[in-house]
Amino acid sequence: MRMIDKRVPSAAEAVADIADGSSIMVGGFGEAGSPIELIHALIDQGASDLTIISNNAGSGEVGLAALFKERRVSKVICSFPKTLNSTVFPELYREGFTELELVPQGTLAERIRAGGAGVPAFYTPTAVGTPLAEGKELRVLNGREYLLEFGLRADYTLIKGLIADTHGNVLYNKTARNFAPIMATAADVTIVQAAQVAEPGAIDPETVVTPGIFVDRVVEVAKPAHESELIAAGVCYP
Amino acid sequence: MKQQTETIGWTREEMAQRLAQDIPNGSYVNLGIGIPELVARFVPEGRTFIYHTENGLLGMGPSPAEGAGDPELINAGKRHVTANLGAAYFHHADSFAMIRGGHLDLSVLGAMQIAQNGDLANWSTGKADAIPAVGGAMDLVAGVKQVFVITQHCTKAGEPKLVEACSYPLTGQGVVDRIYSDLAVIDVTPDGFRVVALCPGVDFETVQERTGAPLLPAQK
Repeated sequence: MRMIDKRVPSAAEAVADIADGSSIMVGGFGEAGSPIELIHALIDQGASDLTIISNNAGSGEVGLAALFKERRVSKVICSFPKTLNSTVFPELYREGFTELELVPQGTLAERIRAGGAGVPAFYTPTAVGTPLAEGKELRVLNGREYLLEFGLRADYTLIKGLIADTHGNVLYNKTARNFAPIMATAADVTIVQAAQVAEPGAIDPETVVTPGIFVDRVVEVAKPAHESELIAAGVCYP
Repeated sequence: MKQQTETIGWTREEMAQRLAQDIPNGSYVNLGIGIPELVARFVPEGRTFIYHTENGLLGMGPSPAEGAGDPELINAGKRHVTANLGAAYFHHADSFAMIRGGHLDLSVLGAMQIAQNGDLANWSTGKADAIPAVGGAMDLVAGVKQVFVITQHCTKAGEPKLVEACSYPLTGQGVVDRIYSDLAVIDVTPDGFRVVALCPGVDFETVQERTGAPLLPAQK
């Protein structure tokens, strides 16, 4: 019997097959949960014309912002593309290089959840009567107006956990969890970087947040960098 | 529009304190970025509020000591926070199920404009060169049971923020319940803006002068 082992030796090997034109969900809310080492490996790997689905568009010139800076992203689907120290994305947006699909944060979360749960579309009250409702089907249900929104899937998901096991079960750290558990469900290939990769049994099944069925590859990044620390140190990647 | 030069009205802290007095004990509350964050400093004696931050924490506590912040424990404004005893972490779909599903009691938000019918504009000027960013504001106003706005009564240029109809892109239609400004507490009613309380030393006429829509006097 062959043991299940989703470990990959390095971040570079974990992202090696991502092709030009891929859609990629990237976990993180600001720097919390941003899988910086996987993103840097993707920058080194060279894939371009990417569609990125992430809450933000990065800060400084590291992580997600560095991927934008290298002109690898043709479209971003997100709720809040500007943050403290966000300079890269605004330039690319004004230049017309990177297209923006702006989605309210809760609608983005639910579109990802639906995409991962086999639900092609749903109705939501969010954004009714606003510019973000333009072109969307409106329907009255129980006397209230709702917008039709579509489930979202991607070719890949890149997320960061605290502990993963070789079956792909994942625990997260505090508010670094944010989009990761739902993004893990909504991609063809989900890649997790975790500070520790353990043997099966190391994680109590009662506390598993992401069950291993949603995860394809795990790579141990023992001491992950934090965006704010890299920016404070003046790092610009690559 | 005339410039607001004289210093009258409540300070930001006094506005936040006034708002906090109106939150019932045990409420689940989401505080927006900016002046709304100040509300957490003024929990009235004998009451406990549970703060929700939409990035995935219920039971948010105060900022940690300088230098003791954890980059993976932040609020929706991306500032370092702490977790109180009894706190819970969760993912975004659960967080917005709390919001959209009507589980939160109160959302406190800032505003660019509020219309007399309760329309709120607080995410974009709609200018062509602006980078649009919306975050969770549209979800909060669509789903939370009550929406309070806390804001200066006028813009820095002296333009009224309380208007007949919003000229900026909307965040939600007919969503604002009550406004706490530096000059007054004002309810949005089916008849329009109604003054609930005036800041001491500020009269009704002064507030009306600085409001872009008719005000109804406080009900006796």
